[in-house]
Amino acid sequence: MVPASRLAEFWRAFAQSRGALTGLALVVALVALALGADVVAPHSPIEQFRDFTLAPPFWDNGGSLRFALGTDAVGRDILSRLIHGTRLSLLIGTISVSISLTLGCILGLFAGYFRGLVDTAIMRLMDVMLALPSLLLAIAVVAILGPGLINAMYAIAIVLLPHYVRLMRAAVIAEAGREYVTSSRIAGAGALRLMFSTILPNCAAPLIVQATLGFSNAILDAAALGFLGLGAQPPTPEWGAMLASALEFIQRAPWVVTSPGLAILVTVLAFNLTGDGLRDALDPKLRRSAA
Amino acid sequence: MSGKCDALVEIRDLRVDFGTPALPLPAVDGIDLSIGAGEIVALVGESGSGKSVTALALMGLVDVPARVAAQRIAFAGRDLLQMRAAERRALAGRGIAMIFQDPHASLDPCYTVGNQLDEALRFHGNAQERASKTVRRERSLALLGEVEIADAAARLRSYPHQLSGGMAQRVMIAIALAGRPRLLIADEPTTALDVTVQAQVLALLMRVRDERAMAILLITHDLAVVAETADRAVVMYAGQVMETGTVPALFDAPRHPYTRALLDASPGHGAARERLRTIPGVVPGAAHRPPGCLLAPRCAFAAERCTAERPAMRRIAGQASVRCHFALTAE
Amino acid sequence: MNAGPPLLEARELARHYRFPGGPLKRRDAVRALDGVSFTLREGRTLAVVGESGCGKSTLARQVTMIETPTSGTLLLDGRDVAHADAALRRKLRPQVQMVFQNPYASLNPRRTVGALLEEPLVIQRRGSAAQRREAALAMLARVGLRPEHYARYPHMFSGGQRQRIAVARALMLNPRLVVADEPIAALDVSTQAQVLNLLADLQQQLRVAYLFIAHDLQVVRLIADDVMVMYLGKAVEQGPADAIFGDPRHPYTQALLASTPSLARRRANARAIPPGEAASLTAALAGCAFRSRCPRAIARCAVEAPPVVTIGAVRVACIRASEPA
Repeated sequence: MVPASRLAEFWRAFAQSRGALTGLALVVALVALALGADVVAPHSPIEQFRDFTLAPPFWDNGGSLRFALGTDAVGRDILSRLIHGTRLSLLIGTISVSISLTLGCILGLFAGYFRGLVDTAIMRLMDVMLALPSLLLAIAVVAILGPGLINAMYAIAIVLLPHYVRLMRAAVIAEAGREYVTSSRIAGAGALRLMFSTILPNCAAPLIVQATLGFSNAILDAAALGFLGLGAQPPTPEWGAMLASALEFIQRAPWVVTSPGLAILVTVLAFNLTGDGLRDALDPKLRRSAA
Repeated sequence: MSGKCDALVEIRDLRVDFGTPALPLPAVDGIDLSIGAGEIVALVGESGSGKSVTALALMGLVDVPARVAAQRIAFAGRDLLQMRAAERRALAGRGIAMIFQDPHASLDPCYTVGNQLDEALRFHGNAQERASKTVRRERSLALLGEVEIADAAARLRSYPHQLSGGMAQRVMIAIALAGRPRLLIADEPTTALDVTVQAQVLALLMRVRDERAMAILLITHDLAVVAETADRAVVMYAGQVMETGTVPALFDAPRHPYTRALLDASPGHGAARERLRTIPGVVPGAAHRPPGCLLAPRCAFAAERCTAERPAMRRIAGQASVRCHFALTAE
Repeated sequence: MNAGPPLLEARELARHYRFPGGPLKRRDAVRALDGVSFTLREGRTLAVVGESGCGKSTLARQVTMIETPTSGTLLLDGRDVAHADAALRRKLRPQVQMVFQNPYASLNPRRTVGALLEEPLVIQRRGSAAQRREAALAMLARVGLRPEHYARYPHMFSGGQRQRIAVARALMLNPRLVVADEPIAALDVSTQAQVLNLLADLQQQLRVAYLFIAHDLQVVRLIADDVMVMYLGKAVEQGPADAIFGDPRHPYTQALLASTPSLARRRANARAIPPGEAASLTAALAGCAFRSRCPRAIARCAVEAPPVVTIGAVRVACIRASEPA
């Protein structure tokens, strides 16, 4: 019997959960949508159709399939804006989480491996950051750097950082005492090789899960910042910004508000389900026995 | 089948399967076991032999999705399979008690020794003990004394993490003895202990057996421990019994090639600095059990009949039996 | 045969661990190793025997240069590694390698067997990629594994096979000394025998010395040339294996031998079992550490630290060693 590769074993564990598969399917769909936004969207996201402002979605009377989900206050097609917004949200999530994860891994590795003064310094800094409510921290960062999508991404990265550092540090402390690490040390490995080549791959699992869940956090935070006008600036079709500009129409034209809201909901749900599935698949203790 | 009616424990044709009915993974594959009152029977085998699962099945601790089936599992004449779940639970801890390998994993770290003894007595003590806390405390002190723990009153207030390995195992034994069991199942009770402490604990178990006429089912992989402690030994391999016999006769003249191979592979059996004779290969996994004799792929004496036909258990003189087509003759 | 300096020589090697003090806590010291001396020659096996807390694992950490001793000297090939700087240690590392007790924890689960075997060569920058691969395959064959195991992951192997991989990895750098820390304690009886035979064969082929740490005296009897018995950080008896097993002089050695179950012995009650358990390592005891459990203890044992007495080839740390048993 040929032994199954680790990927095959992982996939079998992951596929056991229907929720995880649904989440993954949604994520794949969203990525496809983001990549093919230019092709899929019926209109340009910033083109204004002055004759069709606040047009209702196609299932309401007065709506048409030309603007399937209706238009906003200045006549921009909501469906097209949502589709292009997917691209933005995924971009925000990817970049923020990547920056945060990379920095968090490095800081966590140093803190967990060297302990002592290095550990204390890093962790107290992280404690300070954790003591501030995340949104306020993000607002503060953006206030310093100035509003805009790029700065919003930096702000979100900073907000997510302490979680990754703590997680990484805990994992490193647990792994650093294991015998295979001592074995590499006896073979002559220096500190850097031990940290990045030996220990890091074995700490990856909890971080991958946290990264996936952090993705959805990032999207929510970006939406919040956008809502406050501190993130994406008009006419960028970012979902949070769309929500903000549509608030005054919640009675008159509710679809302008609910559409971006639902988009955020679905995306966050998709990543959360995928993250849960990843965690269950990567944690051997939670695996259900083969039925 | 005479002479078995006074057996304390009688197990016939026990089978424990994991996996699905379509693809059963047999951990225990038809074993017979009997234990007389006051007898020390050793269940010997390597990992994967099914010895621990056998003990758990006797205690009724094997959980779904495993399936337990047997012709008969009897304790003191009563068939455990016919009992209701509540009755069976009442038996565990009172008639039969069990101690495990790692005492620090078996004792609850959040409660003191005194608390845990008290709990055991509340459930398994006699009528007076169940009723009165004072009587329970008296009995707790007596139990700690019986397992040779000095300064018992102070030890009652200790938490498990404050005890050394040997002392924790003694506490485990004390808790097990609370219900005055007639059978004590000890699953590798000394494997995790230092050798001097191991000697103390084994001596303690034997003394307790002598004083209380209590039977012990000792599960172990250490043949030397078996040689020194047990009255009878049952050798298991890959879920089946290969040989049974009285100790030391079993070790002086083993009949089954596996028993002989285990002895050969044990350091201390031969002369010093001599090369150990090993058994090639590994134990077959539960999904890969050979159709004929389980040992055939690794056995030095295997013949054609061995790979084709699984041997049945055969009685030899007295209490010995062996499962082999070509049992080794006494040399 | 025994000419030249020994491969490894320790003199009064000690390692103390200090607990961090504070306003509320005393500054205690754990005297894990408390003045141990021994020599080990090339191609020979020195077995270190003792129970938990005796300091054998600490000794392993000093010899493999993971830690620096608190005091004493440790000479590897004549050079003092106890007081060496990082550069010298780096240079000497390939000479001393280690095999660990737990085969399930000592191999990096994320690497294939091939990568595991080649890693020491990569770290030490030896050979090209092709040469490393060849060396790894050759070592696999030497420990009785097959070339197709090269690409597999550790979790696909049994305990005994993993231990073979661990041994192979330890030998990749051609070390002169291998520290084996209870290498077979976690294995089944028949697997133990296989790995022991392998270690003996490799020693003959490669002339590598073993510092073999064990608690099972029966195993030690099979492979040791010399034996050192440790108790609470000190060496209580050491010498050639035959002498130690044939005529043990220290009461603790006698107790260990008496406590070890043996297939030959028939009844457990028929032996003298030492009472009590080893004291804690922080208690600063005057006199002999074993006196609380020793059947031959006298008043002087509580006052004087036992001197090291030489009887033939054996060194015993007991006041009463010279007296007849």
